[in-house]
Amino acid sequence: MLKIENLHARVEEAEILKGLSLEVPAGEVHAIMGPNGAGKSTLSYVLSGRAGYEVTQGTATLDGEDLLSLAPDVRAARGVFLSFQYPLEIPGVPALTFLRTALNAQKKARGEPEVAAPAFLKLVREKAAALKIDFEMLKRSLNVGFSGGEKKRMEILQMAVLEPRLLILDETDSGLDIDALRIVSEGVNALRSPGRAMLVITHYQRLLDYITPDRVHVLSGGRIVASGGPELALELEREGYDRYAKAAA
Amino acid sequence: MNLAAAIRDQDVAQLPSRRDEDWRWTDLRGLIRQAPEPSTPIWAEQAGEGPFAALAGRTVLIANGHGERELSISGQAVVALDVVSAGSGGHAAQLKIAIAPDAAVVLLESYRGTGEYLSHTALEIEIGVGASVERIVLADEPAEAVGVSQAQVTLSPGASFVQTVLASGARRQRIETRVRHPGGHAQARLDAVYLLGGKRHADITTEVAHAHVDGTTDQLIKGVVRDQARGVFQGRIVVSEGADRTQARMGHHALILSDRAEVDAKPELEIYADDVTCAHGNTVGALDEEALFYMRQRGIPEGQARALLIEAFVGEVIDRIAHEGAREVARGWAAERLKGE
Repeated sequence: MLKIENLHARVEEAEILKGLSLEVPAGEVHAIMGPNGAGKSTLSYVLSGRAGYEVTQGTATLDGEDLLSLAPDVRAARGVFLSFQYPLEIPGVPALTFLRTALNAQKKARGEPEVAAPAFLKLVREKAAALKIDFEMLKRSLNVGFSGGEKKRMEILQMAVLEPRLLILDETDSGLDIDALRIVSEGVNALRSPGRAMLVITHYQRLLDYITPDRVHVLSGGRIVASGGPELALELEREGYDRYAKAAA
Repeated sequence: MNLAAAIRDQDVAQLPSRRDEDWRWTDLRGLIRQAPEPSTPIWAEQAGEGPFAALAGRTVLIANGHGERELSISGQAVVALDVVSAGSGGHAAQLKIAIAPDAAVVLLESYRGTGEYLSHTALEIEIGVGASVERIVLADEPAEAVGVSQAQVTLSPGASFVQTVLASGARRQRIETRVRHPGGHAQARLDAVYLLGGKRHADITTEVAHAHVDGTTDQLIKGVVRDQARGVFQGRIVVSEGADRTQARMGHHALILSDRAEVDAKPELEIYADDVTCAHGNTVGALDEEALFYMRQRGIPEGQARALLIEAFVGEVIDRIAHEGAREVARGWAAERLKGE
């Protein structure tokens, strides 16, 4: 599914990723943990194609196709979904309009027929109910005036509707209380499937109590410095990142 | 300075210039070196149908300065005022509109034409006690024209005056509205949208003078400028001594979509009364790049994402238009002006 090899990337003059390699097979959930400034968010932005992140070396492919040369919206149509740490507010664009525009744009890019309004509304009603999102809220401007928890649930709803193949969750637990964390995690777990890969980026182990990863990688100094099973996350929680920070330096 | 006299006397010295504080961003004296010849008359058949023809029970035509000079409206009425210009001459028109007490009137005003004309329209609108008026001004003029519309609105106690100006700009275009506000629970709303491309220039100037207690004024103006276009907003709200408990709110927000486009704004609140609630906000900026990336990450192509954001931005003003047919005309106009963004 996702294959990253020797990835180097910089923001302005600073090199942030320094030879990162990683492979996430279809059907697996991999966690990326690391201290602040390790390059976790940079990795998510490089994979999704945000402007200002320059790749100087290395490759990233999705099922063999080069991702890095594609525009962000083309990557999305290929199945890349980044759940933002801080989802943006889109004033004047109702959440429903936004979702339908996105879904149909992706379908159009893939040469599939667009979804008609009745079928779309039925789909969204079902998915929203599962996430305990009030349907009336979807008539309001996307994320405008939403609480932190509501914004994260909107991200999960978008995932559920758009059905991406590669999910990147960037610090999805930040700003969530326990109840919201449980709802969001259940939403993510419901999306686990043999055809889908997930990359869960997090500073704390807490989220991984709810979304159990198949593999855990430690990102430090712009590279993966250690990999292991779920027990590695617990070890990091106990002992901190100091050991790996030294290894990176 | 007197634009109508300058046109009548073919005297450029009387044109408003940058030395007139209210005209410093729309300097006609510096633009027009030689006074145009008087426009030749055009016939009603040549003028064709205006954008609001299908919506109005009655259409008043002013063609190259010629048309009715007085108009009385009572009861419930939808009246179109179609100001048409053609050619490269100059012309000026005056129209006095009297709206009877307790009338409910929709006034659908359009400015349109062909050529490089210089046009001035002076309106006096008197609104009787308890009447309500919704005025829509669609100023969709040719790129080479110079068009100025100046309206003096006198509001009575208990009346409501709600206005939305839709401006496409021109070589120079100015839509000016001055409201004498009597307080007395009368309400004024002065909204506008300007959507400018090429080298077009639009100037939205408003002034509301609150004379007595308990008046309300609300303004929301939004603009989108690209290429080398220039948008001007001058808004003044004066709350005179004794006009206590006045509530006034003014917002002007503009998007600049190119490096060479320009927006000049001068919001002014002059308050000489007590217990007044006044607020104003003014922002000028580019499209939110973060929001654009977010939308693209969800699969929406860049052009479509930009169009959606811009449409939503001006939609907030257009949605406030109460008359449904006029609102649809406004949406169609905006979609046409924003094409290619």
